[in-house]
Amino acid sequence: MSNNILEIKNLKTSFRINDDYYAAVDDVSLSVNKNETLAIVGESGSGKSALAFSIMGLHTKAKIDGSIQFKGEDIVHIAAGKLNKLRGNDMAMIFQDPLTALNPLMTVEDQIGEALLLHNRQLSKTKRKERVIHLLNQVGIPRPEYTCEQYPHQLSGGMRQRVMIAIAIANKPELLIADEPTTALDVTIQAQILGLMNDLKEQMNTGVILITHDLGVVAEMADRVAVMYAGQIVEIADVYTLFQKPLHPYTRSLLNSIPAEDSVHDKLHVIQGIVPSLQNLPREGCRFKARIPWISEDAHEENPELHEVTPGHFVRCTCYQQFYFPEEKVEEESSHGTS
Amino acid sequence: MALLEVNDLKVHFPIRGGILNRKIGAIKAVDGVSFSIERGKTYGLVGESGSGKTTTGKAIIGLNHITSGTVKFDGVDLAGFTSKKSDIRKDIQMIFQDPYSSLNGRKRVLDIVAEPLRNFENLTKTEEKKRVQELLEQVGLSPESIIKYPHQFSGGQRQRIGIARAIALKPKLIIADEPVSALDVSVQAQVLNFMQDIQKDLNLTYLFISHDLGIVKHMCDEIGIMYKGRYVESGTKADIFNHPQHIYTKRLVAAIPDINPVNRQQQKVYREEVEKEYQQNYNDYFDQEGLAYTLRHISDSHLVALPQKG
Repeated sequence: MSNNILEIKNLKTSFRINDDYYAAVDDVSLSVNKNETLAIVGESGSGKSALAFSIMGLHTKAKIDGSIQFKGEDIVHIAAGKLNKLRGNDMAMIFQDPLTALNPLMTVEDQIGEALLLHNRQLSKTKRKERVIHLLNQVGIPRPEYTCEQYPHQLSGGMRQRVMIAIAIANKPELLIADEPTTALDVTIQAQILGLMNDLKEQMNTGVILITHDLGVVAEMADRVAVMYAGQIVEIADVYTLFQKPLHPYTRSLLNSIPAEDSVHDKLHVIQGIVPSLQNLPREGCRFKARIPWISEDAHEENPELHEVTPGHFVRCTCYQQFYFPEEKVEEESSHGTS
Repeated sequence: MALLEVNDLKVHFPIRGGILNRKIGAIKAVDGVSFSIERGKTYGLVGESGSGKTTTGKAIIGLNHITSGTVKFDGVDLAGFTSKKSDIRKDIQMIFQDPYSSLNGRKRVLDIVAEPLRNFENLTKTEEKKRVQELLEQVGLSPESIIKYPHQFSGGQRQRIGIARAIALKPKLIIADEPVSALDVSVQAQVLNFMQDIQKDLNLTYLFISHDLGIVKHMCDEIGIMYKGRYVESGTKADIFNHPQHIYTKRLVAAIPDINPVNRQQQKVYREEVEKEYQQNYNDYFDQEGLAYTLRHISDSHLVALPQKG
């Protein structure tokens, strides 16, 4: 129990559109342990960022039901002042785009210093500068004394992202939420930033929630993976199981649609249809049903639930048992025809 | 003969300063790039942001001024052409990165796709409508889409509208600048498959600009790697991915995330080795300004900017 730092139960985050509430995160339960990276994967519109913002309490107009327990304390119905003490201190977030997340009018030193000062008023100016330089060193910025004086626009994308990570880890958070931390970066910088995040996680025993749509990043970083579709978790498992024995049709489709070693000049798998918009989400039955129309109606459950297939490996709905790719069927039939 | 031959292309942007705002220097965005693309093939131009790959693409299509060098398309030098209305230009089209900003939000799909037709062909209203509907059908959108606006479509559909516009004049060469970078994986697959389909149907040649090596590997026959406006290595797909020679290419290939979590540790060790090699040999592989040396043949297809010996 002591290992567990975040416990989400039946979380439902709804947004108001034309006087009606629509759930973008619909009944999500998950937990994060110390020194563990939980990756949340899904396409845009699957609700993964809405989930992260709910944990950080960054939604101002959303209706949030269910419970989010951070170190045993409920943070959904917490007073704003108390939440502010937690945010940036015990839990922190790295945003996708460092150029918009950093203040263009503040030097790097002031921005990192601000995070330190807000949670420790007693910190003297010289002590603060020492800490800032130490943090910049920690995130691998080559000349910290020089970078301190610079403004965000004077830094490259990779450097900015490092500054943002420095701000996030300034107060040694126990929970770090990274929302697409490397999507805006080049591959070589991505590799460096991911390596850095991994090292920091191990040094500080942090629990990390990594939100991404890049399955390559997931394969390199995650301990456990939750796949989200249309506001729900459709599959959750440890990273090895998920990549070797993916079960849910959505997970399998996603894995099949990325160019792999042997896919050269083959067709990539395309998921039929589009991710439904928030207002048009199917709220009853299997939400992925419309995108795999070749699977028979009775393969789906009426009220799909998460089933534990092997310990720690959960899959929603029963349709995975009968799922196949349409391409496979054609091959099967043609091979029958020739034999 | 190759469809497109780029020879020693340079695109320099002036830096102005001083009281008279005179030219005091130049940013060498593209600094001596040469390559050629055979008809019907896909050529991948790879590099990190700021390496000059987009500038190269734009210079070929005429959106950037060419400082020096030649761009021969079908045997005709494009560097001398100034008129945008010349017939050569309609044989080269471009697909842009961001399907959200490259389509005019205030125009209907009909007007967006018909724009190149209006510039180059005299069609009556009914002919034009028919052509646009044919084009939309070709990219898998319903003919009724012509009266809709871009915001009514998803990202993948928008990118296909951009492709319909690009193929409207039956071009020979399409420059695709990061065509799928803004899209989700499953939509990415859809657009890539579709690009391969129309390539076969229309016998298109692609210049595929991307920073995603996984996709480049999937799509391209030949690849050029750019760094700071110059080529560091070029060759066939096998040359680049199986036998990278330049430390920069090695580092780039090593940085691709491995999709199999089992290889995680192995990949980490390999990446550290490559990084060490990169740091140690940086000064040998790049000159004082940090630029790559001249390319040299190491096989018929494989060129590498190896350090000057002696």
